[in-house]
Amino acid sequence: MAESHTWQQVIPYTDRLNYCSSFINNVGYCKTVEKLLGIEAPPRAVWARTILSEFSRIMDHCVCNGSTLVDLGALTNFWYFFQPREEIYGLLESVCGSRLTVSANRIGGLLAELPSTFEAHCRRLLEFIPPLIDDVETLVAKNRIFMDRSVGIAAMSGENAVNWGWTGPCLRASGVAYDVRRAHPYDLYDTLDWEVPVLQGGDIYDRFRIRMLEIRQSLSMIRQLLDRGMPEGKCIVDDPHIALPTKDACYNQMESMIYHFKLIMDGIQVPPGERYGMVEGANGELGFYCISDGSGKPYRIKVRPPCFPIFSSFSTLMMGHTISDVIATLGGLNVIAGELDR
Amino acid sequence: MSVDPAALKLPGVEHHPTKIVPRRMTIAERIYLPLLSGLMVTIRHMFLNLLRIRKRVTIEYPEERREYSPRYRGHHILTTRPDGSVRCVACFLCATACPAECIHIEAAEHPDVNIEKYPVVYEIDMLRCVFCGYCVDACPEEAIIMSNNYDMAFYNRAQSIVGKSDLMKPFTVDESRLGYRPASLEEDGRRASMRLQAFDLVAAAKQGAGAATGANRPAAH
Repeated sequence: MAESHTWQQVIPYTDRLNYCSSFINNVGYCKTVEKLLGIEAPPRAVWARTILSEFSRIMDHCVCNGSTLVDLGALTNFWYFFQPREEIYGLLESVCGSRLTVSANRIGGLLAELPSTFEAHCRRLLEFIPPLIDDVETLVAKNRIFMDRSVGIAAMSGENAVNWGWTGPCLRASGVAYDVRRAHPYDLYDTLDWEVPVLQGGDIYDRFRIRMLEIRQSLSMIRQLLDRGMPEGKCIVDDPHIALPTKDACYNQMESMIYHFKLIMDGIQVPPGERYGMVEGANGELGFYCISDGSGKPYRIKVRPPCFPIFSSFSTLMMGHTISDVIATLGGLNVIAGELDR
Repeated sequence: MSVDPAALKLPGVEHHPTKIVPRRMTIAERIYLPLLSGLMVTIRHMFLNLLRIRKRVTIEYPEERREYSPRYRGHHILTTRPDGSVRCVACFLCATACPAECIHIEAAEHPDVNIEKYPVVYEIDMLRCVFCGYCVDACPEEAIIMSNNYDMAFYNRAQSIVGKSDLMKPFTVDESRLGYRPASLEEDGRRASMRLQAFDLVAAAKQGAGAATGANRPAAH
């Protein structure tokens, strides 16, 4: 599919991988192509990407935990968790104009300047989200009804999880402290003060708890970034071979008009080569392996989704458990069909 | 073939535990005691929702709607010239930029040589469209922009293919209902006036359909 379209046109497709946190998918793809091009997004775009990636992660964890609990019959948590999600969608929508499939990134930056309300909106969300997370934690974290259904169910040891190729929260719940943001830092993660939460249970209960801990880490990361303040500059690289010119320039200057037409008709000219780039998606390592043959279109793109290895171990995981545990396990693994399709 | 066990380790991780240590319940958890604090949470939410019923989270959708930002990517709009004719010059950039390939254009000669071309047919398949806004980014004429209209229900597939006249429908020209359009933050006065001209349907009605060539063409071009 990507092979018949330009590099820029692939971005909306990546939205559909893990649609609960489509922003992170955009970032992963764009960063890989930026690597191929040998450019870096400007500081403001990187800053905004980090913040919005963390918000997307919170949203994804909320959806995952909420739906796990609703599968177990605890509907209330679902409502509490969907409020942060709804409000984060509002933030994403103010940045890029769409709620679910955001397509907010472009190769070399973001699709538009950040809105003037961006920082205030983020701060409002930081006030709004934690009480609801606390509420859910009070409701279920020490609730024996939930623990009976989840502790020791579908447990996976750290060694087996690594052998299956697990990454992300599920792996960290099994005691392996592997996080792409820490092991291969990108964007601003190496400048932030945060830790990789690890639990030893490897079961549904610990997968639930690790996501709660990660939500808190993400909130603290966003707070640190907001305290640093928005960096100066533009949201996309200043290179007419990569970024579309502003509309004003396009309407009024001959050169910009030509660049505009060339970029749309031929696409970004990525030099020949191949690169693997990965980000920490909400479910684990989300990798893109891109090969360019120097034409305006990708020669091949391979996506390494986090869900696929996790879901392939499902039958092993369910060995000896009951049918009702299947439902709970599926929710806890956060299986997203968009990433399984291949 | 033997594999070096160190090579199987994930980077940055020394320890791959082989044991599972599930969480043990405390005595309080055993006798369901923490359920009481959970109950307090739901009761608190219930009373707060009753007290602040106007601030409740849910909305009654068709009557009440969420406020969306002026960047919302909704139903497309084809903008018009002051005489009410379509601004599009059928350059096919939007159809080229579209990742979903949902735009179909058939071009023809425009009687005015300064305009050269115009679309006879301009159709967007709303069921194919992914609302990414690439067509808006691609348009060099400010001819296609988006509204914040998001309810597009159809009775059959044929209705989902929206033609030129529907895309130019006057209901979409309400300034407060506009959605994603190129770089709305840093637009200068000239472009704003261009748009005002493009939407000035009152003027268009006054001038009538025939009196539009030459003098009334937007100044910005």
